[in-house]
Amino acid sequence: MIDVKNISIKKRLRNCSFTVERGKIAAIIGENGSGKTTVLEAIAGVLSPDRGSIELPHDRSELISYCPEQAYFYHYFSVEALFDFYQSQFHDFNRGKAEALADFFQLDRQEKMAYLSKGQVNRAKIAVTLARDCPYLVLDEPLAGLDPIVKQKIVQGIIHFIDLEQQSLLITTHELLEIETILDEVIVMRDGHVIAQEEVETIREGMPVQEWLQQLYETV
Amino acid sequence: MPPQFQQNKPIYLQVMDQLIQEIVSRQRKPGEKLPSVRELAIATSVNPNTIQRVYRELEQRHITETKRGQGTFVTEDRALITTIREELKQQYVNDFVHDMEALGFSKQEIIASIQEGETK
Repeated sequence: MIDVKNISIKKRLRNCSFTVERGKIAAIIGENGSGKTTVLEAIAGVLSPDRGSIELPHDRSELISYCPEQAYFYHYFSVEALFDFYQSQFHDFNRGKAEALADFFQLDRQEKMAYLSKGQVNRAKIAVTLARDCPYLVLDEPLAGLDPIVKQKIVQGIIHFIDLEQQSLLITTHELLEIETILDEVIVMRDGHVIAQEEVETIREGMPVQEWLQQLYETV
Repeated sequence: MPPQFQQNKPIYLQVMDQLIQEIVSRQRKPGEKLPSVRELAIATSVNPNTIQRVYRELEQRHITETKRGQGTFVTEDRALITTIREELKQQYVNDFVHDMEALGFSKQEIIASIQEGETK
């Protein structure tokens, strides 16, 4: 379980608390600048909170497969070289899974990052993230700026390759509609606060999630 | 393409309705093996936890049966399937008649219109 307790970071996050239970898929949603990415960075260990705690052992690289929104790959890496690099850095990198993901996403293994399209770089990025057999997968905006077919393919890839008996997934997203069917929970942020956490199926018993979100924004 | 879901109804209920419809219409036969949770999750792009819930609810209503180590199967209780089919028929007919009456049509007019449609 990821247990975020009352974390604050400068003016970007104020007293944020939420939990992601084992075996669940949760999305942090909220407007631009609400603090979604900052929370992920704090969980991944890229940023340290000024106050509050995140209950995880210190070396998070062993526990968390983190995928920032911007690709950070060497442009001269081929897809295959990228896989080799990940394999050399992470003992839990599952090469068989990576190869299956490359097939699923139809990635050309010899092509260099510099020559891949935005959609292909994104798929390569998600492939190396999902290929790690570690308990927590953390993806920042996996669908941002992609066309509907690529989005659909990525959603299918997540369902296909995640093992919810061993893993949990936390993402941030603006594309709620495209990814709603695979979510257990949404965590809503606004102005550096967590203003709600709710199960998607529970929300849908009353109204569409989008409408719920609007009502929430009006009342908070 | 995965199915489109209504926005204001839990997804597990919609997947359940779809499976029940396939069972009562005999697209899925009594005793037939259903896809695994993972297979159905991938086919529908739905969270496996949600599909798990679908199978749990179907099992509770005795529409399916889980055999340990073998998977989930459509019930062989044909009487139960017939009952569910009748219930669904009644429900759809009631909804239809209710909507037609709201438009101001009498039962006679509705019946006449259905018969007319059939002979076309």
